[in-house]
Amino acid sequence: MASDDMASDHVRYIDKTRDYYRSEGYDKPYRWAHFDDVPFTPLGTPLSQCRVGLVTTSEMAVRGVAQPVPDDDPLRNPYWLASDTPIADLYSLKVAYDRYATTLDDVDSYLPLTRLAEAAAEGRIAARAPRFQVAFSQYSQRKTLGVDAPMILDWLREDRVDVAVLTAV
Amino acid sequence: MSLVARYLEAHGIPTVVFGCARDIVEHAGVPRFVFCDFPLGNPCGRPFDAAMQRHVVGLGLDLLAGATAPRTTLVAPYAWGDDTWKEKCFTPERPFLDEAATARWLERKQAYRDLKSTGSA
Repeated sequence: MASDDMASDHVRYIDKTRDYYRSEGYDKPYRWAHFDDVPFTPLGTPLSQCRVGLVTTSEMAVRGVAQPVPDDDPLRNPYWLASDTPIADLYSLKVAYDRYATTLDDVDSYLPLTRLAEAAAEGRIAARAPRFQVAFSQYSQRKTLGVDAPMILDWLREDRVDVAVLTAV
Repeated sequence: MSLVARYLEAHGIPTVVFGCARDIVEHAGVPRFVFCDFPLGNPCGRPFDAAMQRHVVGLGLDLLAGATAPRTTLVAPYAWGDDTWKEKCFTPERPFLDEAATARWLERKQAYRDLKSTGSA
């Protein structure tokens, strides 16, 4: 179910990336994840009583601190950082974004820590979770589902998170 | 990110995904999705526009409470303005990753395959 018609002129990234990488000499197209069934858990508690978790692919790091996962680590397991890290101390290590058209200089445009803090202050949500999680965009869907997602679920449960906001960068 | 959302949802945590790649997210299939038709990088609104971000994030919070079925997509009512990026992204003129980043990506991919072949991953 979509809230607008499908004549939208959004970018068809699946087609674009297939054509682009084919032109670069990669003849085996990436098989994007596809499922017929989609799980659904209705919200059982008013949002104003919910603790909101935040998960992102934006590869956050803290200024002046060693990056959480070294560039040459092939596993790239997920990690977490404290949500009350001053926003000015956070930055993104992500290189896979449209660097010609935009920037990642404003953390809240992809990791809405300030926006969730505001929602909590207004009483729209009960609280922002004390940690946020970073998941890498893995090429192995088996790794994402078998390792990364369970690690994130464990952390969200430890933090007694009721609902989760996920941002794909 | 879609896979993580699906996993969390299947384990009892309602989720909402914010993203700029509508086709990829909808191809995977997620419970709730706020689509921001912006260049890859700013799924929660334009950089340094707190009012827009507040609105976009608010739409996602509303969707958490209001969606009654999976595959609910809500389109944020904003346009980037100059749509040159839609034509130019993923072209030789604007390669998605620069050479160094592509090399690191290929090295990591090979290293992961090596780990898998030895049973370490």
